[in-house]
Amino acid sequence: MARAAVRGRLNWTLGEVVELIDETPRVRSIVLDVPDWPGHRAGQHVDLRLTAEDGYQAQRSYSIASSPEDARLTITVEGLPDGEVSEYLVGELRRGDKLELRGPIGGFFVWEAVSGGPLLLVSGGSGIVPLMSMLRHREAADATIPTKLVSSSRSWDEVIYRDELERLAAAANGPEVIHTLTRSQPPGWTGYARRVDGAMLAEVAWAASSMPMTFVCGPTSFVESVAAALVLLGYPATSVKTERFGPTGG
Amino acid sequence: MEGEELRLDGNAIAGTLGEVFVEEMTSARIACEGCGSVESVGAEHAYVQAPGIVLRCTHCDSALLVMTRTGSRMRIWFPRSRWLETGEPGND
Repeated sequence: MARAAVRGRLNWTLGEVVELIDETPRVRSIVLDVPDWPGHRAGQHVDLRLTAEDGYQAQRSYSIASSPEDARLTITVEGLPDGEVSEYLVGELRRGDKLELRGPIGGFFVWEAVSGGPLLLVSGGSGIVPLMSMLRHREAADATIPTKLVSSSRSWDEVIYRDELERLAAAANGPEVIHTLTRSQPPGWTGYARRVDGAMLAEVAWAASSMPMTFVCGPTSFVESVAAALVLLGYPATSVKTERFGPTGG
Repeated sequence: MEGEELRLDGNAIAGTLGEVFVEEMTSARIACEGCGSVESVGAEHAYVQAPGIVLRCTHCDSALLVMTRTGSRMRIWFPRSRWLETGEPGND
């Protein structure tokens, strides 16, 4: 069923910061109250624009982390060294501040519970953000679609949404969450400790014959190597939707 | 070859496309004149570091769509694409 496809052109609007959540030492979620927010679909993003006193403007895209069912809009931002926008968002932003944004944006990298599955989500670092919106939507919609998340992080302390992922995975009909920790692992770690590769995906991903819907998000090199590995495993290229964050992510 | 790590995809230019087009454009289909392929805009490669935005064919690297801004003017041209189709695919 086609949704209402007709809307106005994208316009800038203001959102107020109502909560800040430190997800990891370098990653922060920003919860926004956006008057007249039209709602979004899991996987969409917003553009955010900062204007300096001298008029200089900088614009970035950030994936939406909250589920469509959540009245508040949440984005999650990784603070990047020398990232003029992300450093401000992670380090300086305070509750009550206003942010200029436009959205929701996108429609290709989107999953809805009615889209079906099984679902395979593969994230590198902060590439987990739009996939988290999908997992939150899946839970809010009481969907039981078989779902796997393969999440690559540098270390256990840098796993974004770690506690919530554990809670989701422990729930009845919850997603299966497979972590790999590429740089350092806690004592006694028995999980994967390398970059996501074809051998790993052959072990943990759905068989291509089950016709999974797949979403891959992260740094460009991560996304392209994972997508290529999945195609080698027999996944049709058109079933693997990708979103590249560029060289540094976020 | 532009830097591989600077390569994004059509999702990254959706906001700019949304300044011009009323419909959601990442799920629009675009046909490549270079190799004949048809893909969703969101699946094509995008480069945003150039002066302007370039959407390139994910198969043959042809420049499908270029957007440049000069002051309040936005120019869009289609060097190597045949057509652009909006709306839900396969719904008719």
